[in-house]
Amino acid sequence: MKTKPVAEPSTRTQQPIVTGTGVLGIKYNGGVMLACDTLGSYGSLARFRTVKRLEKVGDFTVVGASGDLSDFQKISSMLREMSTSDSAYDDGCNMTPRDIHQYLGRVMYNRRNKFDPLWNELVVAGFRDGKPFLGAVDLIGTMYEDDIIATSFGNYVCLPLMRKAGTNLSKEEAKQVMENCLRVLYYRNTKSSTKIQIATVSAEGVEIGEPFEISTYWGYSAFQHTEYHGKRL
Amino acid sequence: MQAPQLPTSQVEQPKESRFSPYQNNGGTCLALAGADFCIIAADSRLSLGYSILSRNTPKVAQLTTKTCIASSGCNADMVTLQKYLKFKIQMYLHQHGKEMSTPAVAQMLATTLYHRRFFPYYTFNIVGGLDQNGEGCVFSYDAIGCFERLKYTVSGSGHALIEPFLDNLVAYKNTDNKPTIERSCDETLELVKDIFSSAGERDIYTGDFVDIYIIDKNGTRYEQFPLKKD
Repeated sequence: MKTKPVAEPSTRTQQPIVTGTGVLGIKYNGGVMLACDTLGSYGSLARFRTVKRLEKVGDFTVVGASGDLSDFQKISSMLREMSTSDSAYDDGCNMTPRDIHQYLGRVMYNRRNKFDPLWNELVVAGFRDGKPFLGAVDLIGTMYEDDIIATSFGNYVCLPLMRKAGTNLSKEEAKQVMENCLRVLYYRNTKSSTKIQIATVSAEGVEIGEPFEISTYWGYSAFQHTEYHGKRL
Repeated sequence: MQAPQLPTSQVEQPKESRFSPYQNNGGTCLALAGADFCIIAADSRLSLGYSILSRNTPKVAQLTTKTCIASSGCNADMVTLQKYLKFKIQMYLHQHGKEMSTPAVAQMLATTLYHRRFFPYYTFNIVGGLDQNGEGCVFSYDAIGCFERLKYTVSGSGHALIEPFLDNLVAYKNTDNKPTIERSCDETLELVKDIFSSAGERDIYTGDFVDIYIIDKNGTRYEQFPLKKD
């Protein structure tokens, strides 16, 4: 048998271990909404069923994360530390959602330059001075702002549904869109779960909801496998 | 002396997906210089593979009142590079009490790119503006800082589609139709719009909107031109 030489030992370059999948973000009339499920996958194993992947930062911002969850916990503690010192200055000057987005972008870019990335795709949502903010950052340091954002598999499955829904939505309508998107995502993504969490940011401030179950329906004819059942039901 | 033999494993190694610090986010940049004006433009699509991440992420940045930069390639490097250039230009303004000239910005960009010679900024840049004499000027770069002053240039994913047309329509290469009068600013603007519309038809990484900056003696004017979203 032909053998390959052992690969060089890798000390910094890593791979994600416990991961979360798609985070969705959408602007609606008077605010921004983030949604994701609460599954922490260990490879293809559904390892942790209730992991919260939405983090409040300061008074106007929520950060949601897909990718490696331990890296996100590190990022969360960095953000907490920063917002603590920000409020400790007590100068009436607080970091805006855009500031936090830029900060995260620099952190991610700096880590990729060291070939030691924080393996996440982050979505930053905020509401400040009457204006909604929605931005994304990834492990390379790619940064952009948009009205609709979806990460990882959600980019393929949910983004088209969200584009179709548009941004001229009430809070209740936006919530329906998000629930439906995560339901459709669950139908096709093996690393999704039905336990989800939704956060809203508006003039009233940040509101991160508790995890709850969404319903599923498997009776669609497209889900019936004719090759197993002989004929469509 | 012989090199020591590396130990070999008996089992085949599992496939490992290695971390790559680069991403190609696509995009096309274009600049055309006239006698007393310069037009610099880029589309605003941010792509990754077959996905469109965003339709409205600008690639052109205004650096001074008469200099703009457009960059395509890796968005992360683009953001970093443009941020750094803006910072350096602001510091120059504070230290010298005057704006940096376009050729000076162009030289600084080349130096900045070459500083990262062995871990390059994966960006394809164009600098456009007016020089000290008020003449339109365009600078074209590779990713590691080789640059050249030109009359027109294009870079990014639509490069191969657009460049031969500019050779023909701007430099009048390979044709006998050499007009005696130069193209005006408005005519050049129409040409830029047509070029981007055409490139958007064939290049999947070009589309959504074009951000156009028109620089002349009166200052800088911005215009957004819609492209097809497909």
